[in-house]
Amino acid sequence: MIAYRHSVKLNESKCNGCSTCLKRCPAEAIRIRDGHAFIMAERCIDCGECIRVCPNKAKKAVFDPIDEIPFHQKYTIALPPPSLYGQFDHLDEIDSVLQGLLDLGFDDVFEVSAAAELHSEYTRQYMKRENIPKPVISSACPVVTRLISLRYPYLCDHVMPMLPPMEMAARLARRRALERNPHLRHDDVFVVFISPCTAKVSYIKNGDAEHRSAVDLVVSMGDIYFRLIDVMKRDVSAVDLSRTGKIGLSWASVGGEATAVFNDRYLAADGIENVHKVLEEIDNAVFPDIDFVELNACPGGCVGGTMTVANPFVAKARLRTLRHYLPVTRNSAADGEGRVTIPDHFLTETLTYQPVSTLSDDRAEAMRLMGEIQSLQAELPGIDCGGCGAPSCYAFAADVIAGCARPDECVELLRRSARQPEKTEEQK
Amino acid sequence: MSEPLVFTFDVDGENFTSAGEASVEVKKRLRQLGLPPDIIRRVSIAMYEGEINMVIHANGGRATVTVFDDHIEIVLEDRGPGIADIALAMREGYSTAPDNIRNLGFGAGMGLPNMKRYTDTMKIDSTVGVGTTVTMTVNI
Repeated sequence: MIAYRHSVKLNESKCNGCSTCLKRCPAEAIRIRDGHAFIMAERCIDCGECIRVCPNKAKKAVFDPIDEIPFHQKYTIALPPPSLYGQFDHLDEIDSVLQGLLDLGFDDVFEVSAAAELHSEYTRQYMKRENIPKPVISSACPVVTRLISLRYPYLCDHVMPMLPPMEMAARLARRRALERNPHLRHDDVFVVFISPCTAKVSYIKNGDAEHRSAVDLVVSMGDIYFRLIDVMKRDVSAVDLSRTGKIGLSWASVGGEATAVFNDRYLAADGIENVHKVLEEIDNAVFPDIDFVELNACPGGCVGGTMTVANPFVAKARLRTLRHYLPVTRNSAADGEGRVTIPDHFLTETLTYQPVSTLSDDRAEAMRLMGEIQSLQAELPGIDCGGCGAPSCYAFAADVIAGCARPDECVELLRRSARQPEKTEEQK
Repeated sequence: MSEPLVFTFDVDGENFTSAGEASVEVKKRLRQLGLPPDIIRRVSIAMYEGEINMVIHANGGRATVTVFDDHIEIVLEDRGPGIADIALAMREGYSTAPDNIRNLGFGAGMGLPNMKRYTDTMKIDSTVGVGTTVTMTVNI
């Protein structure tokens, strides 16, 4: 198996080992070793929470530099997601952004929001199927699908087996380019996604279980933003590029995807902690009558990604203004008779469970190890101070038993034993 | 034959929002032991329902989960009001939960029936005015 490629890295010179990220990592994937934060790759879900909370700006998102886009060698297509449109102040026309991308050197643009409107239509179709496990959980946020595959075996078949809009957009964009430019070969087309978050970078670099991503390069929304503001024009009356409706634009923030299912029995949650809580509730089978669940790891939805520029709530307010005079939708997947068929190539296999936290493949051995962890934990102070470099006393005990930490690394025990001799002196 | 593993939890009756935390913790531990997903799910659902019951009716209590080689035992003990008519309490849809709890989406009268459905054995010992002990097992 090829190692999973993550998109969060550490700038060691900036990290002072303060333990802020250690305590906030929802996957307990961080340890402080030799004074620096260390990410355990097999546990990381690329949510970007550590980037968000680091007081020293030592955690950085990993993405491709804009200079790597082969502007003159290939037929380049930009895939702007709707969250990009919320980054600009006083934006009247989406076309200003799209024309700006062409002016930067892209040969073509394909809006992810256009693919999202098709996605919504396919979702409504999928929801009509019988015998699908309800509630159906959206597969659009890669953090959520990775989290479910690592921790929620029973929820894997609740996840809608459909490609996310970004991936659909990449495939549709390539096909459109080849149709419009018959002289191009498949390899001449180069698709670039403008990502608001680390998780989509990871998704593109790693692909799905059985799919390679159709995106060739992934750049940061922040990087593109600063190039765009130099070239964007206010008057774009001569261009007609955007194919985004209200539905497509709404996908940028929490609730947008869910409301487009046209079924009131939905739930939409944002923020990784809240996502966790909702998944636990669904997993416990005590769940209200809900048909569709939209989960976004970032606060506010995709506008809250760590690679964006604007405050997510400001971005959301801007999008609300922008969507005001848009038609509900500008894309349709229906045929002449109004029938919608989900193309097979947009469907995926059921998500597979890939447990990472199992102590041993042999259950008797796993029980013995957990027994040892529990007895060590009983000796620890139980204050989860993080001083040892693990997020909790339990995690520390597990690290010790696994041989990745030494018992004497517990700062609190050390402090107590240092006091011990004085006490006995007094007692005498 | 492995030494049985014991997990104990104090279920806080004062704080309704934390109800369900013990079952989340148990689920995490059972996952680390590599138990089959359906076993984990049955244990955690039965435990979750029991935990909610203890918070709603008995002001909390104590939950003990013991992992044996071939089965998992869940014991939920409280010093609540006790159950006067166990057969009635076991009936689907029967509930004595107050309105404020029902407004939160609980109190549908499915707690005990679900606990029985998801486990292999269930025993209720209850004395009115003294408390209730529910013992459930799930075979591995």
